[in-house]
Amino acid sequence: MGLLVDIKKRIKDFTLDVAFETYGDYIGILGASGCGKSMTLKCISGIETPDEGRIVLNGKVLFDHVKKINLKPQERNIGYLFQNYALFPHMTVEENIGIGLSCSKTEKEEKVSGMIASFHLQGMEKKYPNQLSGGQQQRVALARCIAYRPDVLLLDEPFSALDSHLKEQLQTEVLELLKLYHGEVLMVTHSRDEAYRFCKNLVIIDKGSSVLFGDTKGIFEQPRLLAAARLTGCKNISECEVMSPQRISAVDWDITLETEKTVPEKTKYVGIRAHEFEMIDADRAKEEKNTLKCRVSNIVEDVFEYNIFLENKILYKVKKVEWDSIKDKENLYLKIPEDSILLLEKQK
Amino acid sequence: MDLSPILISLKTASAAIAVTFLLGLFVASWIVKMKSEKTKMVLDGILTLPMVLPPTVVGFFLLIIFGVNRPIGKFLLDFMSVKIVFSWAATVIAAVVIAFPLMYRSARGAFEQVDQNLIMAARTLGMSETRIFWRIVMPLALPGVAAGAILSFARGLGEFGATAMIAGNIANKTRTLPLAIYAEVAAGNMQTAAYYVIVVLVISFIVVVSTNYFATKERKYIK
Repeated sequence: MGLLVDIKKRIKDFTLDVAFETYGDYIGILGASGCGKSMTLKCISGIETPDEGRIVLNGKVLFDHVKKINLKPQERNIGYLFQNYALFPHMTVEENIGIGLSCSKTEKEEKVSGMIASFHLQGMEKKYPNQLSGGQQQRVALARCIAYRPDVLLLDEPFSALDSHLKEQLQTEVLELLKLYHGEVLMVTHSRDEAYRFCKNLVIIDKGSSVLFGDTKGIFEQPRLLAAARLTGCKNISECEVMSPQRISAVDWDITLETEKTVPEKTKYVGIRAHEFEMIDADRAKEEKNTLKCRVSNIVEDVFEYNIFLENKILYKVKKVEWDSIKDKENLYLKIPEDSILLLEKQK
Repeated sequence: MDLSPILISLKTASAAIAVTFLLGLFVASWIVKMKSEKTKMVLDGILTLPMVLPPTVVGFFLLIIFGVNRPIGKFLLDFMSVKIVFSWAATVIAAVVIAFPLMYRSARGAFEQVDQNLIMAARTLGMSETRIFWRIVMPLALPGVAAGAILSFARGLGEFGATAMIAGNIANKTRTLPLAIYAEVAAGNMQTAAYYVIVVLVISFIVVVSTNYFATKERKYIK
């Protein structure tokens, strides 16, 4: 079990250059909009042809520009869930699910009704896609892919077409439904929450190039690269200068940070997640290292937390209870815990 | 009143639409799949030309191709004993050539409007290209294709210039309704001409109304 992708393709504004290898897990491709994520999926499924490289799925070569192998999408056995689901509008739910099946009529009916039951679509067999809600359409599209028993399932921004209040519920539902499918799942997303929730491993794509590949939790804890830090939602990023192996100066924030571990020489940026500051009092601030005193410039209230914008442009997200309990709401003493200092390189 | 022009016209238009329909669909789907935009543009130009040229110019070219002293016409006559010019077949050929662009353009437009994602999805579901064409592309393009077919039928029925040049105006053989109207007026028989005019009017009206019907017909899957 495994998928190897190593492809290059010239597109209008940039060159897609993606390489990663997976072993039968849930993989996320995380990248900003328009960075070539969907194009990567299209190349894997055979809808688009890369200029060069190789794609191998479970030992079967799907594409190899040296050996001039390029299987048609029909021969690749890859399930593709389109962003807008691409349900056939002139076919009913059962026709949509059954269209890709090539077997006897009775067998087909059996399979389709099985899929309808497992995807909670009973009673909708004769309905057309436009008579269904977004979530139901998604289930039909997923059932259609899975009924066909693909070797790998590609999900292209599976939740972007849904209302935000439905998203949470549907994500859990889809996660449950995906258990019906025993195979590899490759999901493209620009949402760090989806990536974190669904995917065991992550590929980070920045301007067409896959810059990082690894364990999701590891990448979120230590993104290592500027692009990865941004995509995993790090709000505070500053250019920095390495002063000594254990001291860096964050230029944009005008502070010096000390670290216990040695700072890699190539470190060009430093990042701190907005949640990870620790509010301390003035006395403690004198004793501890990596503390900063700063003035609040703006406060934006969210549902469960406040966004505190500090004068040196740092964003601090704090729970409401915590913020309400402090007296001086203009001058803050913040401690930056050692673990939350993200040392970032610009490029691979 | 001689009924033969009506019969000849209906026969010609029916035979012509059968050929035009299949040819138009085939060429349109071939052009849509074509990758090079330049070749597409040039071919599209050539295929659309009969629609914008005066029909007599088309008739002129048809004579050059099928005339008995021309290579193709001579070949057909010598080896197959088929004489195209001034035969009933010539009325069909003229109608096909003149009506073809209408069918081709309507079909092409309808095919191009089918969401590409649906075709890609069908491919990833393992459907063959032929199956995709008949199960996905055709049903979704049907309103446009049907409208194109009806318009082509009407155009074939009304064909005059190219028919006159290649098929002539032989009563009971190649005299279609438009030619009959012309001949009757030329002979001063306004009344007979008027009968033919009424027949053409009725058929054309039915055609236009049914085009509108197909264009706006409610489909279950469209809200």
